[in-house]
Amino acid sequence: MNLWITNNVWLIPATPIVAALLILGFGKRARLVAAVVAALGQVVALTMSIFAFLPTLHAHGFRVVENFTWFSFGDQAQRIGFVLDPLAAAMLLMITFVGLCIFVFSVGYMGEDKNFSRFFAYLSFFSGAMLGVVVANSLLLLFVFWELVGLASYLLIGFWIERPSAATAAKKAFVTTRIGDMGFFLGILWLYHKSGTLLFYDGGRGCLENVAVLGATATFIALLIFCGAVGKSGQFPLHVWLPDAMEGPTPVSALIHAATMVAAGVFLVARVYPIFSVGAINGITPSLTVVVWIGVVTGLMAALIAVAQCDIKRILAYSTVSQLGLMMVSLGVGGVAAGIMHLLAHGFFKALLFLGAGSAIHGLHHEQDIRKMGGLRKLMPITFATYAIGMMALSGVPFVFSGGWTKEEILQTTSHWPASRAPYYLLMFGVVLTALYMTRQIIYVFFGNRRAASEQAHESPGVMTLPLIVLAACAIALSIVLTPAWPWLEDYLTGHAAKFDASLLIQLTLLVSLVLVGIGVVLGVWMYRRAGETDPLQTKQPALFRFLENKMWIDEIYDRTVIAFSALIARLSDWLDRNVWDGLVRGIGAIGQLLAALTTDADEGVINAGVDETTDGARGFGRVMSRLHSGQIQIYLGALALGMLALLLFYAWLA
Amino acid sequence: MTLSIVLVVSAALFCIGLLAALSRRHAIFILIGIEMMLAAANINFIAFWRFAPQPAPPTGVMIAIFAIAIAAAEAAVGLAMVIAVYRHFRTTDVDQLNRLKG
Repeated sequence: MNLWITNNVWLIPATPIVAALLILGFGKRARLVAAVVAALGQVVALTMSIFAFLPTLHAHGFRVVENFTWFSFGDQAQRIGFVLDPLAAAMLLMITFVGLCIFVFSVGYMGEDKNFSRFFAYLSFFSGAMLGVVVANSLLLLFVFWELVGLASYLLIGFWIERPSAATAAKKAFVTTRIGDMGFFLGILWLYHKSGTLLFYDGGRGCLENVAVLGATATFIALLIFCGAVGKSGQFPLHVWLPDAMEGPTPVSALIHAATMVAAGVFLVARVYPIFSVGAINGITPSLTVVVWIGVVTGLMAALIAVAQCDIKRILAYSTVSQLGLMMVSLGVGGVAAGIMHLLAHGFFKALLFLGAGSAIHGLHHEQDIRKMGGLRKLMPITFATYAIGMMALSGVPFVFSGGWTKEEILQTTSHWPASRAPYYLLMFGVVLTALYMTRQIIYVFFGNRRAASEQAHESPGVMTLPLIVLAACAIALSIVLTPAWPWLEDYLTGHAAKFDASLLIQLTLLVSLVLVGIGVVLGVWMYRRAGETDPLQTKQPALFRFLENKMWIDEIYDRTVIAFSALIARLSDWLDRNVWDGLVRGIGAIGQLLAALTTDADEGVINAGVDETTDGARGFGRVMSRLHSGQIQIYLGALALGMLALLLFYAWLA
Repeated sequence: MTLSIVLVVSAALFCIGLLAALSRRHAIFILIGIEMMLAAANINFIAFWRFAPQPAPPTGVMIAIFAIAIAAAEAAVGLAMVIAVYRHFRTTDVDQLNRLKG
């Protein structure tokens, strides 16, 4: 079965982008139209994604490629194209579906905002750009959409532009990801130089189909491309923008953290995985090892920081960073399918958590400090129930929650990594921490006594709770296709036929992760059972808490080193400019002025003087002549008479 | 009566006219002086024709008639200008009409 859409996947990213342009065209006052057009664009994209998804189910190793020439110079033609394969199809479904939920939620959340329609335009644009990243069949085209995603995130993080902190956060996100993109771009150029094409798949001639020609440079190219992924997916050391991105409206955070943006980095690594794995010995290459360790450091560091954060969204932000680290580890150790499965499952439950947090923030009139919340269980029952499902999915509670299965899959893949067992143990610690900080958050927000902000709390309207329920249902339902007994999604992604084998359902790692999550939850309950306005960890271990609360001072370290260094360079250049280059320019200017003074003298003394003399003579002569014109008519007449007399005498003398 | 007497009369008339045109201050008197000089010239034309060997074509008379007609037109234009000058400057004293001096 080959549907028409498989050859026209470009329509899927095009639809939301067209919707965005339409909304901008309708203007500021068309609020209802904006929401309807945005949601409609998303629905159309979702429908097309489903139709694009269907044919991929029937053929294993399904791949449809549509390439065309973009432009040519000399004898070189730059070709770009679109690809539809299981990886892209699964991502398309997740992005459009989660996107639609977030769009519906935003109608309620942003209801009172004065720039409502602009918000929906940006949101549509963001979703379209991310869909473009997914279906691009050329690294160049992918990079174009990649940058559009960056632009959209900049616009949305800084959406409340009147807040200086939002503007700063938007700038930080843009600049930080740009550092990674610089490396990415160099990687693209190097790849083009080596392979002569940037198309992924081109009937056997694409750069992913001929990775052997790259040879040893593949490591460097892969690492440069990974720089881009580090920036976009918030990996250490470029993770600093992601928590600050919380300045944007909550639906934006949900979109950034679940469906778009951060998923792009993981997706990119999965897409160009053949470059990473060139010349793998026993599944290990230098570039993949780097990916593993970056992932481990990021995952653990972010999980630690999350324990000591007090902003409800910041905790979720660090949990995203940590989960992305987990996915990177999975990709690095060879579990591409496991990583993407976790990415997809994470997309659903992280969107759920962010929207739940948004619902709580909305109900509490924009209070984000968890220490001021509390007791919301009774006041916001739907938010509580869905949030609890999201929390358990994130913590990795096994059996019914999607996150549990994918996390277990990642742990299992990591445990088989031949290079080292360390990432496996560190990830296990990370799982405990995740359960711990999620338990802490849920105790603070939903249990215990009502604190300052929860007095006037109310449940959110249906337009906001409905997406929560849908996403919560998905977070559970998705686990059907993730179990080891019937690993349908994994086989779908890797291109095998799924087999059902009930005996694989219960495995050792399942028990391990059950124990780990149990430890985390119990530890959390024990630590925070009497949590008040101050954090128990803060009273027991003030130094540690301060260290974590301040995000390990990484921002400050950057301030003192990288930023101070570039500020120093800037000051030096400024000084050089003012004193050296400017002096040079002024010196040249002075020489010019001197020459000008000399020529002025020559001009004044020689040429002008000559002209002046001439004009003076003419003027003096004119003055004399004008004196003859007395205006007395009789004098003229007398002159005539005298002249005539003179003529007469002259003739008389001649005769 | 000889040609010489007529020429002397004509020369006297010319000198009187010239003296009037040069010495009077009133613009109309200057015009009268100029008319007298024209009349002297006409007398000369007639005299030279009258004392030439006869029969001769009436060239002198013709020129005198033309000159009189032109003098009449000139007098009309001159008087009209004097009136216009008087209306503008409230005077016909040519000593005061020196706007065109250099």
